[in-house]
Amino acid sequence: MSKFPKLTLTASIAALVLAMPAWAGSYGLGRPALPEEIAAWDVDVSPDGTGLPEGSGSVEDGEAIFADYCAICHGDFAEGVDNWPKLAGGADTLDHEDPLKTVGSYWPYLTTTWDYVHRSMPFGNAQTLTPNEVYAIVAYILYSNDLVDDDFVLSNENLLDVEMPNAEGFILDDRETSEAHFWTAEPCMTECKDTVEITMRAAVLDVTPEETRAKKVQELIRRTRPEPSREDVKAPAAPADQPAAEAVANAEVDPALAAAGETVFKKCKACHQVGEDAKNKTGPILNGIVGAPAGHADGFKYSKAMQEAAEGGLVWSDAELAAFLAKPKSYMKGTKMSFAGLKKDEEIEAVIAYLKSFQ
Amino acid sequence: MSESSGKKGASRRQFLTSVAAVGAGAVAAGAARAAAPDPLITEVQDWARATGDGVDATPYGLPIEYEGDVIRRNVEWLTADTISSINFTPIHALDGTITPQGCAFERHHSGAIALKKEDYRLMINGLVDQPLIFTYADLERFPRENHVYFCECAANSGMEWAGAQLNGAQFTHGMIHNMEYSGVSLRTLLEEAGLNTAGDLSDKWVYVEGADASSNGRSIPMEKALDDCLIAFKANGEALRKEHGYPVRLVVPGWEGNMWVKWLRRIEVMDGPVESREETSKYTDTLADGTSRKWTWVMDAKSVVTAPSPQSPITHGPGPLVITGLAWSGRGAITGVDVSVDGGQTWQPARLAAPGQDKALTRFYLDITWDGSEMLLQSRARDASGYVQPTKAQLREVRGLNSIYHNNAIQTWWVKASGEAENVEVS
Repeated sequence: MSKFPKLTLTASIAALVLAMPAWAGSYGLGRPALPEEIAAWDVDVSPDGTGLPEGSGSVEDGEAIFADYCAICHGDFAEGVDNWPKLAGGADTLDHEDPLKTVGSYWPYLTTTWDYVHRSMPFGNAQTLTPNEVYAIVAYILYSNDLVDDDFVLSNENLLDVEMPNAEGFILDDRETSEAHFWTAEPCMTECKDTVEITMRAAVLDVTPEETRAKKVQELIRRTRPEPSREDVKAPAAPADQPAAEAVANAEVDPALAAAGETVFKKCKACHQVGEDAKNKTGPILNGIVGAPAGHADGFKYSKAMQEAAEGGLVWSDAELAAFLAKPKSYMKGTKMSFAGLKKDEEIEAVIAYLKSFQ
Repeated sequence: MSESSGKKGASRRQFLTSVAAVGAGAVAAGAARAAAPDPLITEVQDWARATGDGVDATPYGLPIEYEGDVIRRNVEWLTADTISSINFTPIHALDGTITPQGCAFERHHSGAIALKKEDYRLMINGLVDQPLIFTYADLERFPRENHVYFCECAANSGMEWAGAQLNGAQFTHGMIHNMEYSGVSLRTLLEEAGLNTAGDLSDKWVYVEGADASSNGRSIPMEKALDDCLIAFKANGEALRKEHGYPVRLVVPGWEGNMWVKWLRRIEVMDGPVESREETSKYTDTLADGTSRKWTWVMDAKSVVTAPSPQSPITHGPGPLVITGLAWSGRGAITGVDVSVDGGQTWQPARLAAPGQDKALTRFYLDITWDGSEMLLQSRARDASGYVQPTKAQLREVRGLNSIYHNNAIQTWWVKASGEAENVEVS
């Protein structure tokens, strides 16, 4: 090495230059983003229409797509199911008590609706809609809000022409002027008011979760008096679903397969519950589904297609369930289940094994 | 601390005078003698005889089982599904200012995702000289900073706009946490990609977006992006928890929590705001006349008494009582906190546990001798900008009842003679 000091030095300078990136950054960390990568991730849409892809969709098409992918949470007429967002209605309610804020009554830009549906919906299966499907869904949401007629077709050409009723309904943060009186360096310390009355009590409403309600607190006080040391408060019950234990209890189920199925089931959890405390959510409760007749969950509003299948005597055998899970929409046209399907057979087998552990 | 300590003696005496009638009783209770020897002392206990756990019992420790009630809780009726929902920090049971990650509130729009460091990519694109991709390992090679900041959801106390609803500081004020973050300044990364292309920076924006299915994205003015935003990968010394955006989240000091994008995957320099769903249909504040404020990013000064409170009642009867709580402001440091025990008729300065820090939680204490009578307990924060936390009435006068977000009004706990406390509103 020391024999050729000059050469070594030159070589290391060359190596250093090669290692330095071509861009301005002073650390030279990271690498240039490729156009394909930027195209894949940079899909946001601005109020001036920047980012809107070419395409179009009709109210009519939108109605069908909405029924398939959106209605399960947002209702057939975008009126909202349970606590899920209502997308239609609420016109002229913004100055009322409890205003109804929907795309029609509140959203200032239609680009926002397109962008949000495209990037973040359907819930649990995001970024699967084509641009044309998104145009159609947005057209249907506009129709549900009485903002367009039933023959309307929305496209990248006319999206900015749609007038949003609340477009002018926003002002910039004005707290520093409208609330300037809150900047009072010397607040009142004594004789700030003559009388004080209790005007409202939370206990009257009693909407606090059970565990911490007043009764519990009274118990705590009773138990801890007169001993000053604080007793331990009972820990909350362990989570209800303990699939591992239940899987072992069911001799037919391969525990390893059921465990793999539990991972697969994460894809289903946005809509379905299993286990002791399971309830119908966006989708029906799935305890005992394997081997059960179709439409067996009490109190769940099944699609017409599922009701018909149930009347036809469909039973969820391993084979039927596997076929359904592979491609729900092809297996049963008109099902509410807005899930694209499980691609791998082993995933289907595993999730069925997992479901069997909840009989 | 500085300005409150001078007045403390006087105000404490003043308070004692007002409770003099029952003061004697309180003193007697405090000096009560034990009727019999305490077996916990006179008998050798199991833990004093046998041995405990070895050092290999708990490679990563959780709180002892006796603290099993100090947990995040959610309110089921608030949202349609726990996947797109919020839970609350048990602030009623914590002390100090740092929130342990394991009980720091969570807010997800499409659930907490598991994203490996090896699979993590951060893109900077838009009006930059060179769009770049960083791996997690790249981020660790930039100069790092440490800062303590509070993160408060804009909807914290949002259920209380129309009236007292939830019985517990955890539920009324628990959409907040305060952590020490380690990470790289957003400015460093933006400069690495180069901002010459952007030209005049005064009207430019930075759009930030998460990698989860909600694709939560917010627009931040360039001025703030270059000021104090942090690309954080550690909190309280360890990796971020999954539920807080592991492996990388954005920290936007003093501004509403929704902007602190988790699982941060993309930063785009733009010439205008995206006006995304979360900055138009949500996180905008509707006033009484139906118009709505937008871009209300800063969190106003706020405080709450964490104990006594509905979930932390007084269990010891009259005598010495520690009243404590938290105060914070998105506009800077807390300069003082006043406490009232009579529903806001009179106030006394609380003692700050440490001088207020910029955009971080401040712990306050008021040590009193409780006479066992009812109290209407309130706290009122002041910040470095001269802002004084308003009453509910003052806030409603300007904003009406439909704002949902940014409720920073003074909270009242009605502490009864039994020691129980209830969330109330007072005239």
